[in-house]
Amino acid sequence: MSVSSALKGDAGQQARSLYRQLLRQGEQFAAYNFREYAKRRTRDAFREHKGVQDERQRQELMQKGLKDLQSMKRQTVVSQFFQLDRLVVEGGKSGKQGGRRNDIVRQKDTGWD
Amino acid sequence: MPTMHANTLRQASRFCLKQSSSTTGVSRTSVARVAGISSQTTSRRGYVSATKKDNAQVNVDTAIRADQKAFFAETGKLPEKTIVPGTDVNADAMMSPMAGVLKQATVMDEGERPIYLDMQATTPLDPRVLDAMLPYYSGLYGNPHSRTHAYGWETDKGIEESREHIANLIGADPKEIIFTSGATESNNMSVKGVARFFGRGGKKNHIITTQTEHKCVLDSCRHLQDEGFEVTYLPVLSTGLVDMAQLEAAIRPETCLVSIMSVNNEIGVIQPLEEIGKLCRSKKVFFHTDGAQAVGKIPMDVNKMQIDLMSISSHKIYGPKGMGACYIRRRPRVRIDPIISGGGQERGLRSGTLAPALVVGFGEACRIAKEEMDYDSKRIKMLSDRLLSGLLSLEHTTQNGDPNHFYPGCVNVSFAYVEGESLLMALKDIALSSGSACTSASLEPSYVLRALGSSDESAHSSIRFGIGRFTTESEIDYVLKAVKERVTFLRELSPLWELVQEGVALDSIQWSQH
Repeated sequence: MSVSSALKGDAGQQARSLYRQLLRQGEQFAAYNFREYAKRRTRDAFREHKGVQDERQRQELMQKGLKDLQSMKRQTVVSQFFQLDRLVVEGGKSGKQGGRRNDIVRQKDTGWD
Repeated sequence: MPTMHANTLRQASRFCLKQSSSTTGVSRTSVARVAGISSQTTSRRGYVSATKKDNAQVNVDTAIRADQKAFFAETGKLPEKTIVPGTDVNADAMMSPMAGVLKQATVMDEGERPIYLDMQATTPLDPRVLDAMLPYYSGLYGNPHSRTHAYGWETDKGIEESREHIANLIGADPKEIIFTSGATESNNMSVKGVARFFGRGGKKNHIITTQTEHKCVLDSCRHLQDEGFEVTYLPVLSTGLVDMAQLEAAIRPETCLVSIMSVNNEIGVIQPLEEIGKLCRSKKVFFHTDGAQAVGKIPMDVNKMQIDLMSISSHKIYGPKGMGACYIRRRPRVRIDPIISGGGQERGLRSGTLAPALVVGFGEACRIAKEEMDYDSKRIKMLSDRLLSGLLSLEHTTQNGDPNHFYPGCVNVSFAYVEGESLLMALKDIALSSGSACTSASLEPSYVLRALGSSDESAHSSIRFGIGRFTTESEIDYVLKAVKERVTFLRELSPLWELVQEGVALDSIQWSQH
């Protein structure tokens, strides 16, 4: 597997590599909420287990991370197939017409008084 | 010799080029001679087309893009363009007659999909859950009840593992979990099942429930009343909590069941389950709780809380829809009369083939919920505090329900002098509801809020915000900003608000009758 082969070097290096891969994969989610969650959860999980010294526990966490990475690789593809419109919070709110409908209503009415 | 060949070839090809559009006039002799010389190079006739690299391959990128385009065309339905089935009114007018007025208050941009803040109605399916489910939709299709072949064994194994995950989450034994189609079925099964089984002798014919229960429990009780059972609908305190003294007084010797929900779906109040369980056990009455909104969100332990029956829903904990479970205690044994009879699956209490994919998804959702409970509840608490403090900083807003005993993921707030439905209309960019999804089609005020003793106006002006695992900070900030703007806007329109600002007490006004 490409995932396991990419994990070489000492423990810290492996963890950092996994961290980067998880973040990069999480970025691929098409749905805003899942994308943000994936990034946030990865960051928080690594921060939480930053000081783990026990070799066995460290191995377990790495295995779990790898499993999540595999599942995320599949799910990001699924997510990209069934993509929906972007959320209102996601930015891209330029107020410009998307070219589909003529329904943008301006908040400000000018020329009345 | 080679030069001659080349010469004729060149001649022939020139000829063919010239005459390519109308080859009828080609002198047969020259073509025939050329064909005779080297048939491979000149004769392009053939029934099999040449194979090229890209001919048989699907370009994945293009396929994805084409699919997306087709998918986009079907999404993003705007309420004003959607006709409500059965009527010829558009959805905008159906939701509120104020729609026309409020058009200017909605923001329509390129990113048009509303923020989802209705986690009490349902939650999005967690990608990890879908990942666990997909194998059962693609390869593992055996009937889990088939004992004679490997197809059945593998799905059965998945189901038993899920049962274990669910049992772990609520501290039960895997054998006590019965899979159903959802919490509604579980509630029906528990309430009607226990009542019918123990009411047979005609001795135990009394059921106690509260006025703030979910519709499916209340309706099951109503149904049992027609069958000759007596039902007590306990009132609740103004905070939404059950009064323990009242409950104790209501329990009679012929009472067979007490049904009280763990977390209310509209106001998020957490009932004192442990006390109720203890009371019921001491009076030898079965205790059923509707845990659809509680399981996986707050710590639940059926043994510590002495719960005898509990309904669980999958789609409230980021699992698939159409799945649920019922916890039925074995020791001391709770016997129920099954509603659905048939092949005897699930200990004969709920016959019918299980859906392995849904069951596995449900199990995975429970496993994740147990694993992530600390993380999730910490985060939901943080977001909820942020939302609540922001909303309550507006003037004339109140939180419904007990501010100390509520699940932080469910924030129910009343905005005085604003009609809830018009506020919902004005907040088209946020998916919210004023109460339970079951009653959102009608314009009736919520019966839960009425049971708390709120006035009609206050019940009409309440909105429920549901926060979940996938809600982000920026969404909460967006919602706060939007609500502040729109509430101010709507109040500016309201003549009542003008009177209130002038210091006129609304009760003192004599409204003229027309």
